[in-house]
Amino acid sequence: MRLDEFIENFADLFDETDPDTIQATTRFKNLEEWSSLVALSVIAMIDEEYDVEFRGDDIRNSNTVEDLYNIVKERVEIE
Amino acid sequence: MAKLTFHGVGIKAMSACVPRNIVYNKDLDYLIPEEEIEKTINNIGIEQRRIADDDVTASDLCYKAARQLMDDNDIDPASIDVLLFMSQTADYRIPATSCIMQQRLGLPRETMCFDISLGCSGYLFALTTAFAYAQMEGVNRVLLLDGETFSKIVNRRDKVDWPLYGDAGTATLVEKGDFGPSTFLLYTDGSGERALKIHAGMRNPITPESCIEREQEEGNIRSDLEVFMDGMDVFNFAISKVPKSIKQLLKETGMTIDQVDYMVFHQANRFMMDFFVKKLKIAPERVPYCIHKYGNTSSASVPLTIASELCGRLNGDNTVIMSAFGAGLSWCSAVMNMRDCAVSPVIEY
Repeated sequence: MRLDEFIENFADLFDETDPDTIQATTRFKNLEEWSSLVALSVIAMIDEEYDVEFRGDDIRNSNTVEDLYNIVKERVEIE
Repeated sequence: MAKLTFHGVGIKAMSACVPRNIVYNKDLDYLIPEEEIEKTINNIGIEQRRIADDDVTASDLCYKAARQLMDDNDIDPASIDVLLFMSQTADYRIPATSCIMQQRLGLPRETMCFDISLGCSGYLFALTTAFAYAQMEGVNRVLLLDGETFSKIVNRRDKVDWPLYGDAGTATLVEKGDFGPSTFLLYTDGSGERALKIHAGMRNPITPESCIEREQEEGNIRSDLEVFMDGMDVFNFAISKVPKSIKQLLKETGMTIDQVDYMVFHQANRFMMDFFVKKLKIAPERVPYCIHKYGNTSSASVPLTIASELCGRLNGDNTVIMSAFGAGLSWCSAVMNMRDCAVSPVIEY
């Protein structure tokens, strides 16, 4: 899996946030549009696109988009 | 996974009763920032919910649903061999509410009564119990009551739980008859026990402290007597387990999704159900929803959805899948033949 693809999938989940402002280092919880409902759509996107189970703690323990990517990548590789 | 298959038993009639009092999620501006309310409503799909008065319990709602079912179908109380009451909001800690309902519904002393307690998956687990008894020699009819009043165990200042839950009571009549086979797949994963929980009980005895409302994670307020839910963990659990269990069910029974007339999901939240529909590639018109009117009524939601949305639509032979999931963690998907099922319209208490 590729980081730029993951960032694109992640950015697609937002309605009002400009996709160009979302990068690997973006601290996603600081985005104005971030909410617990967007968090659910992140979990759904990761299930659909990568077939990986993503838990609440995975989101709570991540700060940047790349942190999320690294967890997903690790699990894809184990499988 | 437990796989159970039943022959010669099925659901003959169903009914449901909801409180008259309507609470609108658009009025939650004290809990959710005003600019997020509409988005939240669209996402969870819940515009309004029914909330029971302080002196109305789940068994009251079930009682009224049961009376309606018995009146509409001319059921002699003496013909009920087994009465089951499935709820996590029973009237008392002792005795079992089903015993009180035996007397209240005028059932004979020969009726076998007991309670079942489980989360949002409870209706389907209880339905296997009803089917199993109905299949036995000496039993012809089982009346299953499933009702919940989560409004009594959710804090109104808990923004994860309060916008979701509504109250309802239902009745399902199971009996021997010329029904096709039904198959249930039942699963449990206790490693997820903390995802949906009320802490106070025998493990954490109730003290005056338990009643104190405290600020918890992310500003949510609740006492130890009220429901906690980790929304993200429950969501992850549901989307990863539910579609798989339905695919497994189709595989075990040699069916395709096109042969399913209706697929009734536990009405947890709209976003989640839409995800299931997309993932399973089932035609959306075969998936009834009543969450916009009644919210998440926990284990009562599957029978409530049938009473609300399939009333008058279960004549002849219908292949129906039901799928429910919740605290435990616990989940079940089942397929059954519903033949001329008499569904009474939803009534109010």
